[in-house]
Amino acid sequence: MDALVAQLQMQFRDYTISLYQQGFLDDQFTELKKLQDDASPDFVAEVLSLFFEDCVKLIGNMARALDQKGTVDFNQVGASVHQLKGSSSSVGAKRVKGLCVSFKEFCEAKNYEGCVRCLQQVDIEYKTLQTKLQDMFNLEKQIIEAGGRVPQVDIN
Amino acid sequence: MVCEMETDQIEEMDVEVLPSMWPDDVGTEADKQFNVEKSAGDLDMLKEVDIAEKSAMADLKRLPELMNTTDQGTSQLTNLVKQWEYMQDHAVRLLREELQILTKQREEAEAKELKIIEEHNFESQEPENVPVLDETSDLFRRFRQKKRDKLVDSKKIEIDEEFDTIAYWKQKALSLGKMLEASTERERRLMEKLNESLKTMESHSAPVEELTQNLKRAEGFLHFILQNAPIVMGHQDKDLRYLFIYNKFPSLREQDILGKTDVEIFHGGGVKESQDFKREVLEKGKASKREITFETELFGSKTFLIYVEPVYNKAKETIGINYMGMEVTDQVRKREKMAKLREDNAVRKAMESELTKTIHITEETMRAKQMLATMSHEIRSPLSGVVGMAEILSTTKLDKEQRQLLNVMISSGDLVLQLINDILDLSKVESGVMKLEATKFRPREVVKHVLQTAAASLKKDLTLEGDITDAVPIEVVGDVLRIRQILTNLISNAIKFTHEGKVGIKLKVISEPSFACDNALNGDEEVQNGLTETSVWIRCDVYDSGIGIPGKLAVYLNALPCLFKKYMQASADHARKYGGTGLGLAICKQLVELMGGQLTVTSQVNVGSTFTFILPYKVATSDDHSDDQDEFSDMVDHQPEPDDTTEGYFQFKPLLGSIYSNGGPVIGNNFLPHKVMVTSPIKLINGFVAHPSDDIEQSETVQVENGGYTDESRLKNSSGHCLGSAHQYENGNGRCLSKESESCSSSQASSEGGTVEMESEFTVSSHREEEKAERDLKETSKPKILLVEDNKINIMVAKSMMKQLGYTIDIANNGVEAITAVERSSYDLVLMDVCMPVMDGLKATRLIRSYEESGNWDAAIEAGIDIKTMEDEQVCMRPTNRLPIIAMTANTLAESSEECFANGMDSFISKPVTLQKLKECLQQYLH
Repeated sequence: MDALVAQLQMQFRDYTISLYQQGFLDDQFTELKKLQDDASPDFVAEVLSLFFEDCVKLIGNMARALDQKGTVDFNQVGASVHQLKGSSSSVGAKRVKGLCVSFKEFCEAKNYEGCVRCLQQVDIEYKTLQTKLQDMFNLEKQIIEAGGRVPQVDIN
Repeated sequence: MVCEMETDQIEEMDVEVLPSMWPDDVGTEADKQFNVEKSAGDLDMLKEVDIAEKSAMADLKRLPELMNTTDQGTSQLTNLVKQWEYMQDHAVRLLREELQILTKQREEAEAKELKIIEEHNFESQEPENVPVLDETSDLFRRFRQKKRDKLVDSKKIEIDEEFDTIAYWKQKALSLGKMLEASTERERRLMEKLNESLKTMESHSAPVEELTQNLKRAEGFLHFILQNAPIVMGHQDKDLRYLFIYNKFPSLREQDILGKTDVEIFHGGGVKESQDFKREVLEKGKASKREITFETELFGSKTFLIYVEPVYNKAKETIGINYMGMEVTDQVRKREKMAKLREDNAVRKAMESELTKTIHITEETMRAKQMLATMSHEIRSPLSGVVGMAEILSTTKLDKEQRQLLNVMISSGDLVLQLINDILDLSKVESGVMKLEATKFRPREVVKHVLQTAAASLKKDLTLEGDITDAVPIEVVGDVLRIRQILTNLISNAIKFTHEGKVGIKLKVISEPSFACDNALNGDEEVQNGLTETSVWIRCDVYDSGIGIPGKLAVYLNALPCLFKKYMQASADHARKYGGTGLGLAICKQLVELMGGQLTVTSQVNVGSTFTFILPYKVATSDDHSDDQDEFSDMVDHQPEPDDTTEGYFQFKPLLGSIYSNGGPVIGNNFLPHKVMVTSPIKLINGFVAHPSDDIEQSETVQVENGGYTDESRLKNSSGHCLGSAHQYENGNGRCLSKESESCSSSQASSEGGTVEMESEFTVSSHREEEKAERDLKETSKPKILLVEDNKINIMVAKSMMKQLGYTIDIANNGVEAITAVERSSYDLVLMDVCMPVMDGLKATRLIRSYEESGNWDAAIEAGIDIKTMEDEQVCMRPTNRLPIIAMTANTLAESSEECFANGMDSFISKPVTLQKLKECLQQYLH
């Protein structure tokens, strides 16, 4: 039993570190984790699910706005991008945030192609992140089910 | 009766007979000739019938009557006889008539024949003239001859044979008819021939007409060309006199031109040239063309393309020229225009590519700078954590070695922080984000505080001096933070490179320097700022007796350019020996220039250097202290210190003591100010102005207090010196004391205070406030915090963080909600997102500030916000203190801190908000 827990913990640690190393997450995610305590044991999951809901909504908005070729309201897209940037920055979704930065630039430059490209990338990126985080949560769950404690992962 | 009967009968008979007596009728007929023979035959038959009938009548009915009247019968007989006679006559008459007719016919025929002959003669006359038909005419003549012979023959025959019989005449007529026919046939043939020859005549004449046609066309074409071609043509003789000229627009008549030369006819520019050109052609004998511009009185400048070719006689001698001129003014003009356009185009293209290059480079640079700025910003937060932790650590019990190591660690951390701040400053200045503030300040105080601060960290035996001439106004307007930054930078530089002697600041008023006159723009801007104060130029020298700046560099005053370059130090040796980022002077120079001044340096190796900067300031004329100034004016107002405002000379000497001889707690205070430039002045003032009430405490902890307040220089390992030096100047600082005692008991809290300062270099809080905050935290009820943020996730995170920090918060989703919330209940702190829908944070802050100043929400109502609560209540509840509003910005460059401050915000936290940042902020502002 302990061996399994140890193995899972190891796996969890490696996986988490890989997420940081691959740039999916940044320190803000660590901040988020810090905020999770006994009083709010599912805080991270709650915030993240909110974040992904936000993603779906905002990306939908942007896609709709960008779909109207010819009369694209870049301000509207920009507002959504700004929202997404804020959200991703808050949860530490580093890649999404990075994409949002360039997305915003494209928006300001009213570069339609750039915007569409960014939108596609953001879409892919957040979904990837979602899968990865899901995997991570699954691992956490397994650890707990195995009777272990989710280890604190030191990124550095 | 009988007689009567008889007469009656006779009459009757007459009547009866008469109708049967038709030969009369016949005789009277006009067309006797047609029925001659027939009528005769009929007559006989009629006679017989008549007779038979009459006899029958006589036999049967009228015989008795006849018997009775024989007279009647005789008369009837007589009648019959007469009738017969008449018929005989009639027959004769008919025959004669016949004869007459025949004769007539013959005559006619003869006449016709004659006529034909005559006609033949007539016809033959024409062909006789045409030689082609000579033979035929001969034939004709012969033929005619024959005919005549024949005619004669036929006459003879007529004579011979007599023309008694009709048959004969008939035959005659027939033969004549045949002859007639033959002659008609000949006539027809001749006519045909004639027509044929006529036709050939026509065909013979066709080519001539065609040629004529062509000639006419050619003529028309030539005529058209001459009429419409905008050309001048001429022919001139050897002496260039006109023999012929054609001009489309003739203004001169032929007699005016012919026999004259160009020069004689025309005058003005170009005439001579054309004459010369023609002569040249004449001499060379070679056709050529040239463009010549004529200056005409009527039409101005006209360019002609002139083609000239020599004309030779048979002996190959030139006898004149032909020339043709065409006006090409428009073409030439267009051509020139085209050339010019092409040239312009090329230039423009070159410029464009140059520009694109420049833009590209600029963009790259900007991106790099942005990157640098962002990076720096990102580095700063974790670093401040590291330094902060180290400082907390330093408050715990440590042995000597540990402390030493820790101090090195802290000082290194501070150096990195300083470097990052420098980079941030520099990139702000360069990207034009940095805005200068205009606040009132007292130069003497500034100099004094800078020196004090420097002295506090001094570990060398140096004298620090400040000398300010009386002419320098007590209060001037300028960006005091920047000026202090420059002064601090220069002073610390001077101290760094000076091992003994003195370092000082000299201030004096000078007349407007020449570069400022050149740079009139600055002056204009100042005027435009709407400040009515008069300008004053103050020269500030920061001198030292240090190592000086070696080499040729020192020869030039301004030409120590590389000194002012980023990351550039006088030499690599210096860099190793003295450390430093190399950014300091570059920032100073940029700041000075940003303020419209100039930074120069003079230096002599081993004697010293003097850095001089000249800056324009406005002299504050009014004596009311604006809000901007409250950090100073408050202090001054409360604790008037005459010396402070007018004193013109300061001197600070360090107390040299053993660095590590002092106890741990003393060093423990080192953590406090890293970011001195802003926070220190107030503290210093606080320190300087003694609080009588604090005197008691002061005596207890004299040695301790100063460390916290004066450790300005980031030279952490000199904390011992700090202590000593601070002790000298800063006695009477009661706050320090209390702080110290506080810090022992709650090291955690104070450490946070320390990091607050690191984070926000513009904050003006003092330790007193921090203490108060700490106390408040413990004593009073929970502070009310409003978070204004539109992003749900950010809200969630911030809320959770607040919870962990032990606070609950209210949420507003945009500026309007924020104002409504602020208006409904009083908050102790507002965390305000900058970029929000409906109303952004900057505007909301402005409106809240406006309320604080005016006591009413008019501005907000004007902005369309529904304010419902009673006005009176509002006024009563009106907070006496300024509500701290902290901006939360996503990007320090884009949503600049300056902008936040300009809109009335007190500080800012960069996003994403971390627990640490939030903690620092709350510590600083909640009290």
